[in-house]
Amino acid sequence: MLPAEKLIGMYEKMLTIRFFEEKAVFLFRSGVIGGAVHPSIGQEAVAVGTCENLSNDDFITSTHRGHGHCIAKGADINRMMAEIIGKSDGYCRGKGGSMHIADRSIGILGSNGIVGAGIPIAVGAAFRNKYKKENDRVVVCFFGDGGANQGTFHESLNMAAIWKLSVIFLCENNVWAISTRSDYASSGKSIGGRACAYGIPGAVVDGNDVLGVYSAVKKAVDRCRSGEGPTLLECKTYRIEGHFVGDPRVYCKKEEVDVWKKRCPILAFEDYLFKNDVLTEEASKSIRGRVKKKVEDAVQFAENSPFPSIDTLEKDVYGSTADNA
Amino acid sequence: MRQMSYSEALNEALREEMQRDENVYLLGEDLGDYGGLFRVTKDLQKEFGKMRVVDTPISESGIIGFGVGSAITGLRPVAEILYIDFITLAMDQVVNQAAKYRYMTGNQVHVPLVIRTQGGTGRRNAAQHSQSLESWFVHVPGLKVVMPSNPEDAKGLLKTAIRDDDPVLFIEHKNLYFKRGPVPEGEYMIPIGKATVFKEGKDVTIIATSWMMEKTIQAADQLEKEGISVEIIDPRTLQPLDIETIDSSVDKTGCVVIVHEACTTGGFGAEVASRIMETHFASLKAPIERVGGAFVPIPYSAPLENASIPQIENIMSAVKRVFSYHTSK
Repeated sequence: MLPAEKLIGMYEKMLTIRFFEEKAVFLFRSGVIGGAVHPSIGQEAVAVGTCENLSNDDFITSTHRGHGHCIAKGADINRMMAEIIGKSDGYCRGKGGSMHIADRSIGILGSNGIVGAGIPIAVGAAFRNKYKKENDRVVVCFFGDGGANQGTFHESLNMAAIWKLSVIFLCENNVWAISTRSDYASSGKSIGGRACAYGIPGAVVDGNDVLGVYSAVKKAVDRCRSGEGPTLLECKTYRIEGHFVGDPRVYCKKEEVDVWKKRCPILAFEDYLFKNDVLTEEASKSIRGRVKKKVEDAVQFAENSPFPSIDTLEKDVYGSTADNA
Repeated sequence: MRQMSYSEALNEALREEMQRDENVYLLGEDLGDYGGLFRVTKDLQKEFGKMRVVDTPISESGIIGFGVGSAITGLRPVAEILYIDFITLAMDQVVNQAAKYRYMTGNQVHVPLVIRTQGGTGRRNAAQHSQSLESWFVHVPGLKVVMPSNPEDAKGLLKTAIRDDDPVLFIEHKNLYFKRGPVPEGEYMIPIGKATVFKEGKDVTIIATSWMMEKTIQAADQLEKEGISVEIIDPRTLQPLDIETIDSSVDKTGCVVIVHEACTTGGFGAEVASRIMETHFASLKAPIERVGGAFVPIPYSAPLENASIPQIENIMSAVKRVFSYHTSK
């Protein structure tokens, strides 16, 4: 069993994602957040189980449904909330919004609004690590079941495999690509099974079991660090909310959602922690209260932050940043 | 001055930059043993090894995405797309990723990526290997677009592009690779965003890009014999555009012809003409003329291909029209 402190940390991160997303949904419905919010409610185990294996020196690339990945990788939720609301203290100074959150300082290379676009970018970052002979650093590339059907998936897995790059392709199969079911749109028994086409290991994991995800990713990370190259993991989970807030979900049966709600990854993990005497009801209440407060503080931080000045409109189209390395 | 081909000059620029900075590496199709379809990467893999001259599978989107990923983490990739026509396969990575990364992430990273590619007609490569697509990229904030027309500029601009912290689309021309010209000895750089006045003249300004510079120079020789003095400007960089050099020539001649191989409709000439008009309308003595390609996919058969792009006589006629517009008044 993992140390209690680590387990509690994972539990708290999963709750942070859940409460952050619930708050983002609320703020979108209240008109505070514009554009689109793609909540990852129900998918917290994938983000946390994966990122618990990573340090700030490891890179991730994320997707349009990326809040959870960023929080799990250690992003500051104050700056995330400010970005989502479009404020100047946001991660991207209000220029990116929900789909473009990045924190270069802790290895979050960027969420991405284009399905499948982050996959070759992750492979390029892995090449950088090999080029610089920094072989301990790994890259995790998050994408969905929709992204697995883009051409970049094939190009990237092939390139990573021929050059044995330290990248983990982490497919978060949440069943739905907007309204298109993954079992309709994806040929073959599984997405994880596609690994054999590239001669790399592949596995299908229960994406609602945070410890299962953790150990599958750990194995892939160890494989990368020993120089053996990439792994493809398919984590099977479910998108509890619509594609975006406001999605009428005419395509999806309520009974199916209810089944998956019963498989809530946070409740399942909580149950495990109770049974193993790592967590008490009382401690759980206290952690939940603390996390809720942190999320409220993030909203306060974002509300206090000014909107970006119009002077910044044409800034940072060209130029140089301090340091890419 | 020593003479070199455009291809040799580019090769020398790559070699010098790779020697200077160990973070510079090349990736693309057929770069290593083959040395590039036009010999631009000849012998570089032998000298620098397979990690610095990376032969890739045929995966254009993958190549540019890979370049972006390595660029935002500290390397300086020079990615090659064999024909600009194939960049269509990588448009997301060029337009949505490379161009926008810095702005979209609030300046957390920059993308020091050079995309070398080549375009244009003249080798009977037909509709999918002959296009001039530069104006698409001029339209995208975050990209720089460079089109050298001779060996000296090719070398100096490529070195600058590699040291630039923004993504640069470096568009070579398939008809220029084996053309020779003077190239200075030793290290020199040519700034991005600086046009050159190739030839001074007083009657008509011609602004021409890439291979069209060659045809324009020949047209100007003829026109001089017929008594029209032509000033030739090569912008060299389309984005950012050195409009000041163009404007001062317009102030002098008052007559402008813009020549490019890309089709006229929606082409770069329209942008240049508008920018001149907006600020220097009073200097103009005649309507600006554009000489560009026909609005057709590039045809295969030689007479059709020739008819689809500007020829010396088209340039001469346009110059005579703008010149006579005001002299005949």
